[in-house]
Amino acid sequence: MLSYLLRRLGFLLVSLALASVVLFLLLRTLPGDPANALTSVGATPEQIEAARQAIGTDKPVPEQFVHWLSQLATGDLGTSFVSSLPVAPEVTARLDVTLPLTGAAFLLAVLVAVPAGFLAAYRSRTWYGAALSAVSQLGIAVPVFWLGMILIAVFALNLGWLPAGGFPQDGWADPGAAFEALVLPVITVALVMSASLIRYVRSATLDVLGSDYLRTARALGSSFGRAMWRHGLRNASVPVISVLGMELASTLLGAVVVESVFALPGLGSLLATGIAQHDYPVIQGVLFVSTLAVLLIGFAADLVQRLIDPRLRGRLSGGAR
Amino acid sequence: MKLKKPAVVGVASAAVLSLALTACGGGSGSSADGSGGGKHDKDATVNIGSLYEPQNLSNTAGGGQGVTEALAGNVYEGLFRLTDKGDVEKLLAEDHEVGDDGLTYTFTLRDGVKFHSGKALTSKDVKYSLERVIADDSQSARKANLEVMKKIEAPDARTVKVTLSEKSISFLYNLSYVWIVNADADPEKLKTTEDGTGPYTLGKWTRGSALSLNRFDGYWGDAAQNKQAVFRYYKDANALNNALLTNAVDVVTSQQSPDALDQFENNGNYDVNDGDSTTKLLLAFNDRVKPFKDTKVRQAVSAAIDDEKLLESVWGGYGKPIGSMVPPTDPWYADLTGIDAHDTAKAKKLLAEAGYEKGFSFTLDTPNYDPHPTAATFIKSELAKVGITVKINTITPDEWYTKVYKNHDFEATLQEHVNDRDLVWYGNPDFYWGYDNPQVTRWVKEAEQADTTEQQTELLKKVARKTAEDAASDWLYLYPQIVVANKNLSGYPVNGLNSQFFVHDIKKS
Repeated sequence: MLSYLLRRLGFLLVSLALASVVLFLLLRTLPGDPANALTSVGATPEQIEAARQAIGTDKPVPEQFVHWLSQLATGDLGTSFVSSLPVAPEVTARLDVTLPLTGAAFLLAVLVAVPAGFLAAYRSRTWYGAALSAVSQLGIAVPVFWLGMILIAVFALNLGWLPAGGFPQDGWADPGAAFEALVLPVITVALVMSASLIRYVRSATLDVLGSDYLRTARALGSSFGRAMWRHGLRNASVPVISVLGMELASTLLGAVVVESVFALPGLGSLLATGIAQHDYPVIQGVLFVSTLAVLLIGFAADLVQRLIDPRLRGRLSGGAR
Repeated sequence: MKLKKPAVVGVASAAVLSLALTACGGGSGSSADGSGGGKHDKDATVNIGSLYEPQNLSNTAGGGQGVTEALAGNVYEGLFRLTDKGDVEKLLAEDHEVGDDGLTYTFTLRDGVKFHSGKALTSKDVKYSLERVIADDSQSARKANLEVMKKIEAPDARTVKVTLSEKSISFLYNLSYVWIVNADADPEKLKTTEDGTGPYTLGKWTRGSALSLNRFDGYWGDAAQNKQAVFRYYKDANALNNALLTNAVDVVTSQQSPDALDQFENNGNYDVNDGDSTTKLLLAFNDRVKPFKDTKVRQAVSAAIDDEKLLESVWGGYGKPIGSMVPPTDPWYADLTGIDAHDTAKAKKLLAEAGYEKGFSFTLDTPNYDPHPTAATFIKSELAKVGITVKINTITPDEWYTKVYKNHDFEATLQEHVNDRDLVWYGNPDFYWGYDNPQVTRWVKEAEQADTTEQQTELLKKVARKTAEDAASDWLYLYPQIVVANKNLSGYPVNGLNSQFFVHDIKKS
């Protein structure tokens, strides 16, 4: 297990390094010059060149990359071109919103989707099993921003129960207000996420229900609940965990939409601002941290799968990918 | 990256992104009539919703439109202030004298002014602040205009003497953009903190979220009418409107979503104020290239487009038709809408005279965000009626900057121009639209060197008329400046000048 852990960590680091190179290079192939955003109407070529020198984009790309890496090694994500303020504290501050949002939405989605998906499979011939299945299918087609707007219209504008958006200026120092601010966004993300999760849980459960080993366990006298608990759950959870990992990662990266609808100062809105302003250090900082988070999520999903399923233990990177 | 501050920048008007992306600003001076008047709460907190968050808190280090909106006049003050009508008024300057040569300005500072840190204002601070704006690393929007300051002296604690290298009638106006900052403050720290003389101190700035201002008890003038003002920042106009509807904010500084106005107009709890902005939507021709080199072609295109119908379709009943680059708040405004009045027959006649009786086709470079695509489609259908074929080429703000603005590689383009007093660009033949009329260039130069503002106004009125007659560009319409506020609020600025939003007089009941 230890050697696996080390190999898997090595794999994570290599992935991270590759991803850093790719994101750094991709950014620099985008059309447009960040120096343009810093200079005013009527700027002369000399002034634009000086702006380039000031932010360091006049240097060769490899040199810029090495500079960036050497800063990264000390935990420094650089300084924003536009605000000339350091990026790292900004990213950390934004994580205060995005992490609780994503985490809570994920938990809520699992709490809804696992029982609902199981029920949709186990009672697939009843009206509510079919209804669950149909609703989740419909749910997959609902865009996050639309659902967000509907929830705002109902619960904030009409009923006035919750704020329509924004986050308290004091952040989590004002826990009540911070919590209230996240209720609707969390529900929005969780509902959309659970719609697709229900489908996966349902199909994984259907597989298990029709499997030989479950029938055999039942034939050997095990009760349905016990057979499900000992054999079914384990087998069904392997593919579901893979999907959970991917869902969590895509929610983290997709936070930009829900953050915009609810006016939340999260990582996604920071990324959007950075892109609009060609602020490379900000974009790199956000993407680097998100990439790291996504890789860690994948790592965690692999580990959990291996603990559950001994058959995977011979392989480096597990599961039904 | 540990980088030096950008060593350049700030030449003339707004940075190109703000030229492209922002619309009008807040106002100054005059304000909404007090329907909410009566008894008001002197210790109220006013929540202000805005789409323009500062990049940092320095207006010489790229703070952008947002920092002007939040801090100008509220936290920082200048020697002069620009009022809502476009007049320049004394603020920290108690008095000023101009020498006979028109080159030496002597300012006497107001007595008893204190910075928020407690230090008394002296001429040293003013000298420092003026030098800061024209320093090499300054990104001030007025840097180029103020570089006319040759020598700045502080002969005694309350006197500042400035010598100009050439006459500049706009000098006092340009000074209204300069914040007086404590000379002893660390410039790096001023990116996230402040030390000004205004009626408010900075409470807390949470990036991405909000910026709060607290009433300054040591203020030299009348105390503010509210205890606290919080600017709350939104990226999405819908989210901002929802905040207003749920009372999370009391007022929205600049409504950018015409479709959303209905819900406030038909709701007894809100006032919708229709002020004058300085933002013009332009169909800018490349006056250097065929067929737009020919004045008659430009006049024909301008006459063929029904500006009022376009304005109606974009903004409903808001905004104004405009006949030149001059908005009503500029001193040299005159109603010139008659010159390019909609007249299809005239357009056809002009085209025939220019040798294009069968029409022609051109590419219209169209920025990819509202209202440009809508306007482009409208122009395409209008011009089809006179035989002109428009090819719409959608581009990003960045492409616009490189292709159109820098390389002049275009036939015609759409663009919003946000600044006040920007008619003078027609005096620069190298500007992107390439309007080259030596007489206009001379008038613009003479206007700046004029002895009196009357002379300046007279000359610039001539420039406005001449450029309008030449159809240098087609000025489609003036954006509205719409401030929507809860009825319990009064005293807020309603017009749009220099993006300022003075909160000193806002009363909440």
